[in-house]
Amino acid sequence: MKANTHFAFFDEGSKKEIRRAIMKAVAIPGYQVPFASREMPIARGWGTGGLQITLSIIGKPDVLKVIDQGADESVNAVSIKKLVHETTNVELTEQTSEATIIQSRHRIPEVPLTKDQIIVLQVPTPEPLRGVEAREFMTKRMHSEDDYSGVWLMLFEQIMKYGKTATFADHPVYVNGRYVMAPSPIPRFDNNKMHQSESLILLGAGREKKIYAVPPYTNVESLAFEDYPFTVESFEGLHCHLCGSTDIFLDELMDQQTGITIHQCNDTSFCMDQLNKKEKAEVQTSYA
Amino acid sequence: MGYVPVKGGTQAIDASIQRIKYERLRGEEIVDIETIMSTMRGMVDQVMSESSLYSPYLAALAIKQAEGSMEEAVFLMRAHRSTLPRPYYSQTVEPEKMFVERRISASFKDIPGGQLLGATYDYTHRLLDFELIQENLDDNLQWLQNYQDQLKQIEAFDEVKYFPKVVDYLREEGLFETYEADNTSPIDVTKQSLQFPTTRSERLQVLTRGQTGAVTSLGYASLRGYGQVHPTVGEVRVGSVPIYVQHPNEMEHSDEDEFYIGEIKVTEVESFVPTTVKNENNEYELEFEIGYGICYGQNETKAIAMSILDQCLEHPESDFPTHDEEFVLLHIDSVESTGFISHLKLPHYVTFQSKLDSIRQVKKGVPTVES
Repeated sequence: MKANTHFAFFDEGSKKEIRRAIMKAVAIPGYQVPFASREMPIARGWGTGGLQITLSIIGKPDVLKVIDQGADESVNAVSIKKLVHETTNVELTEQTSEATIIQSRHRIPEVPLTKDQIIVLQVPTPEPLRGVEAREFMTKRMHSEDDYSGVWLMLFEQIMKYGKTATFADHPVYVNGRYVMAPSPIPRFDNNKMHQSESLILLGAGREKKIYAVPPYTNVESLAFEDYPFTVESFEGLHCHLCGSTDIFLDELMDQQTGITIHQCNDTSFCMDQLNKKEKAEVQTSYA
Repeated sequence: MGYVPVKGGTQAIDASIQRIKYERLRGEEIVDIETIMSTMRGMVDQVMSESSLYSPYLAALAIKQAEGSMEEAVFLMRAHRSTLPRPYYSQTVEPEKMFVERRISASFKDIPGGQLLGATYDYTHRLLDFELIQENLDDNLQWLQNYQDQLKQIEAFDEVKYFPKVVDYLREEGLFETYEADNTSPIDVTKQSLQFPTTRSERLQVLTRGQTGAVTSLGYASLRGYGQVHPTVGEVRVGSVPIYVQHPNEMEHSDEDEFYIGEIKVTEVESFVPTTVKNENNEYELEFEIGYGICYGQNETKAIAMSILDQCLEHPESDFPTHDEEFVLLHIDSVESTGFISHLKLPHYVTFQSKLDSIRQVKKGVPTVES
């Protein structure tokens, strides 16, 4: 009864099916391609969409990095990495620049990605119109008719209510001037990194059975009005208490002893890099 | 390094995995797969049904590994299913050819072929049987021997007998409409994602894969008034049906060349549902329709609830949520619902930070909106 697991878990037929969906997604930027999402050894809603993409595109020479909430060591990232490694034996890394495939939940790394890299984003709710219209049947029609008045109205209502747009993470974006897309719950801070990205961005929603993509060098605009422009999370005047970086996405931490709020790089591998660079510089100057 | 609440950390995860193993082993008892298979039929059947993988042995293994947690066992089976190639579709199964173990009708006392009670808890008293604490194998073997001796004296049929369908009998009387059999190939919901509006083949597949509790609850909701379907059970039958596959490369096809690949036990339900229809003169008329339910193993509640929901979804015009196919079909899947609920346990620091930022910005005061 005991059987060895196939390379990259899936049988070849399944991988081929998923790759076809990916090809279609790349050909129609921002369009949600339905695909036969498989049940995975990790739970639905824990990144199965991303995992299915990763397993379908990964080859033996690939180097994989998995991030969850900006951290390589986060519980779910560890578990996904372990699963891919056990079934493929590919090399793992925490260095953003070394990876060929980066699977991520909720963040795009601080270091700019290159054309040799693919970033796979896990998406819990791929439908940007879901808040406006509950029925899939209707949202599909709205996408096909380029009818995005609902989302615009949602932003407008926020301005009327709060005096500014008040979306959280997952601020909707226009892709290639045609489809409105949920960029996966990345903070608004990361939305701009999708615009004219050098690397291919693949987005997978396992439970909702959708794959979509932003091909390299594609226009991605965050929805906003001229007089109420798109704004990102503000970390003005704050810096990482470890490496001192500014202009990056920061986690807010409470120092348990003193009760003081401190901030720290959310992207842990970026933070580590900065620290290493600093140390190197210090060593060099002291020798000099 | 500073205080980092974000990280689970590889070591902590390993320790957690060790701990769950410890919790399973600490009682110092072992249950065999075979024991689960033969003593926990109900659970094995449910796991096979919800995971849509017919293998009592693997289901029992999953139950053992999951320490009896249904959602976990189904999850294991579904994940395993994803590793298996799907080379063939079976020929259409004819439930008339079922080797019936149990067959009852709640609609008619006197059904052709008679009622066959079979094995069921329905007629037992739900009193805790304290004798099971002292159960021993020798006594069981003795009981088995006696029972089998008795059986030998009763069994008299020379040939295999098939039971007719209750509904066929009613069709002859003109109480049900006779439909042309729809032989279009079903859409495989595990290879193509649902597109709305769905076809009936998709609906039935999702319903039969549905979580037993969820299907039961929604069926119950419809029955209680949050729906417009209140059926009478026309026929419940439990038994084994043979499965055949056609040779994949033969151009010509005859029944003789089909391969028999085994049999599966199923529960099949046909419910009779009175519905109102408008006739040609625009007058309302009553008519019977059939709600259909089928699932792996013996799980009559689920199959009946499925038959109710099948009828509900055939009539989507009602205002009730049980008649809304997106509402029903997208929420009854065991793996999907438990997975997404449990993902709330994962860290949400980034999204929460983003929420905090927006709420703080809004609270900070708003520049007056220029008119």
